[in-house]
Amino acid sequence: MIKKLMFLGLALATVSMIYANSRITIKGSDTLIRLGQRWAEEYMKQNPGVVIQVSGGGSGTGIAALLNGGTDICEASRDMKEKEYKLAEKKGITPHRVSVALDGIALYLNEKNPVRELSFAQLKGIYTGAITNWKEVGGQDARIIVYGRENNSGTYAFFKKKVLNKEDYYVYTQALPGTAAVVNAVSKDVNGIGYGGIAWAKNVKFVAVRITDADPAVLPSAETVSNGTYPISRDLYWFFNGTPTGELKKLLNWALSEEGQKVAVDMDYVPLPKERAIAQTMQ
Amino acid sequence: MQQLQFKPKSKWREYLGEKFISANALVALLAIFLIFAFIFKEAIPIFTDSFIQEEASMDKLILKQQYYEGRPAKFSWQPNSEVPKYSLFPLLVGTLKAAFIAMLFAAPLGVGGAIYSSEFASRRMRELIKPVIEMLAAIPSVVLGFFSLMVLATFLQNTFGFTFRLNSINAGIGLGLAVVPIVFTVAEDSMTSVPRSLRDAATALGANPWQVSLTTVLPAALPGISAGIVLGFGRAIGETMIVLMASGNAAIISANFADSIRTFSATIAAELGEVVFGSGHYTVLFMIGTLLFMFTFIINLSGDLVLSKLKERFQGKMS
Repeated sequence: MIKKLMFLGLALATVSMIYANSRITIKGSDTLIRLGQRWAEEYMKQNPGVVIQVSGGGSGTGIAALLNGGTDICEASRDMKEKEYKLAEKKGITPHRVSVALDGIALYLNEKNPVRELSFAQLKGIYTGAITNWKEVGGQDARIIVYGRENNSGTYAFFKKKVLNKEDYYVYTQALPGTAAVVNAVSKDVNGIGYGGIAWAKNVKFVAVRITDADPAVLPSAETVSNGTYPISRDLYWFFNGTPTGELKKLLNWALSEEGQKVAVDMDYVPLPKERAIAQTMQ
Repeated sequence: MQQLQFKPKSKWREYLGEKFISANALVALLAIFLIFAFIFKEAIPIFTDSFIQEEASMDKLILKQQYYEGRPAKFSWQPNSEVPKYSLFPLLVGTLKAAFIAMLFAAPLGVGGAIYSSEFASRRMRELIKPVIEMLAAIPSVVLGFFSLMVLATFLQNTFGFTFRLNSINAGIGLGLAVVPIVFTVAEDSMTSVPRSLRDAATALGANPWQVSLTTVLPAALPGISAGIVLGFGRAIGETMIVLMASGNAAIISANFADSIRTFSATIAAELGEVVFGSGHYTVLFMIGTLLFMFTFIINLSGDLVLSKLKERFQGKMS
């Protein structure tokens, strides 16, 4: 009898342990997926019993999954569009947005290029084809070779919106698959210019960017992106359905904590400024 | 002693065997038909769906369009623009430029190699050359693309001083490397299969080896050589990875071969991954797929027709 009771107790304990297991799914942006996976690994190590599944597919895919109830957390490198907010309302979902890290888009030049800084107007001119010679922006008399990304890239869309004011890219813009290819092309091309993440730069130099001629030119770095002085930067978001509670809240607070943000730094992402991280932490 | 005799009871086996083999052939036929049908099915909304047509109708794909008021009409491929632009003309120009350079590079190399290997090379030399060239076909195209992107592009730019590192010449030569073995193999096979009697007749009339190969073997093998070139051209049009990596992917219309290009195949490969299912852009990409399929189909078919005509002329009933 006692044996039976013990067995029953053991079985009950096992069952309750399985139920105590929290399953969390994270889905979305390919820009954020590496960080999301690293966060999940660390968090699972510290909290055995929690299972976190992370997958990519792009910001749009993640947002669609959130609206369909297919994921607990949606990772996105952009805010939701008005259309998506309306759709969420219709589906009875209240998106809750939290910035979890930052991302800066740097402009790369060949190390031999004498140009040091460019304004938004000059960048727009170069990338729409209005400016085609380096001497128009203070460089040598040579044709500007423009490199960019394929049109399915989030960086392509972000750069187009932020710098080109949604105008079309110059037809001579060479679209390369991936930031590494852009960096490699610019490092070999004296007259090349390209854009991409800060952490990717190798054998190329950064351009200091100013918004208007009156503003100071700022070089991209983790620090200038973090404090908001570098102009071509964006927030990377986590979206929840409603304010997160329970395990989700715990995970979010951990990601925003000093420890979580340090993981971001180790992965070459730009951490949030401390005040912003604290302000977003859930009580 | 065993009698050598075919037993009548093996007949049903032969029947089954024959049916099995013809079923295999039929599967290949069916596969081609179904692939075409399914690709075309996704492209049909261009002709029927008025919502899609507003964004991408057939005349928007083919004709010059005025996209903004006060600006001249033009051909433009900018599918992710505020005003999506789906002109296929820049892509067609890019595809043909790359294929042209590839053939300019591969046809002389392939045919020349075939002539040497089948006519002049010693037996040992021939047994070395043939497998090595054919091994070129076994190199994955992504490796050839990587080579063109990293090594060939730098070499060509340093040698010829191209403004654009990645251009149609660079992509075309990369493509040519993939086309050479096709041209070589088909041409070489057709030259070695020219009957011994023709060579003997020419030699008996006093022709030296040069004259034998140029005046007798080459004309007789011409159908095979042209078939090799046509097949190579088909490959050059459809090959994707090399042009995706080495061409610069800028949809430019120009006659300058030193400009970057964007081809049909690379456009599908680069853009299909994140396109919204069923959208105008999606439909246009499948339309491109349909066109690409039809291109290669017609090229191969016309090659075959020319081939059989030439065969009749040079070899009589010997096909």
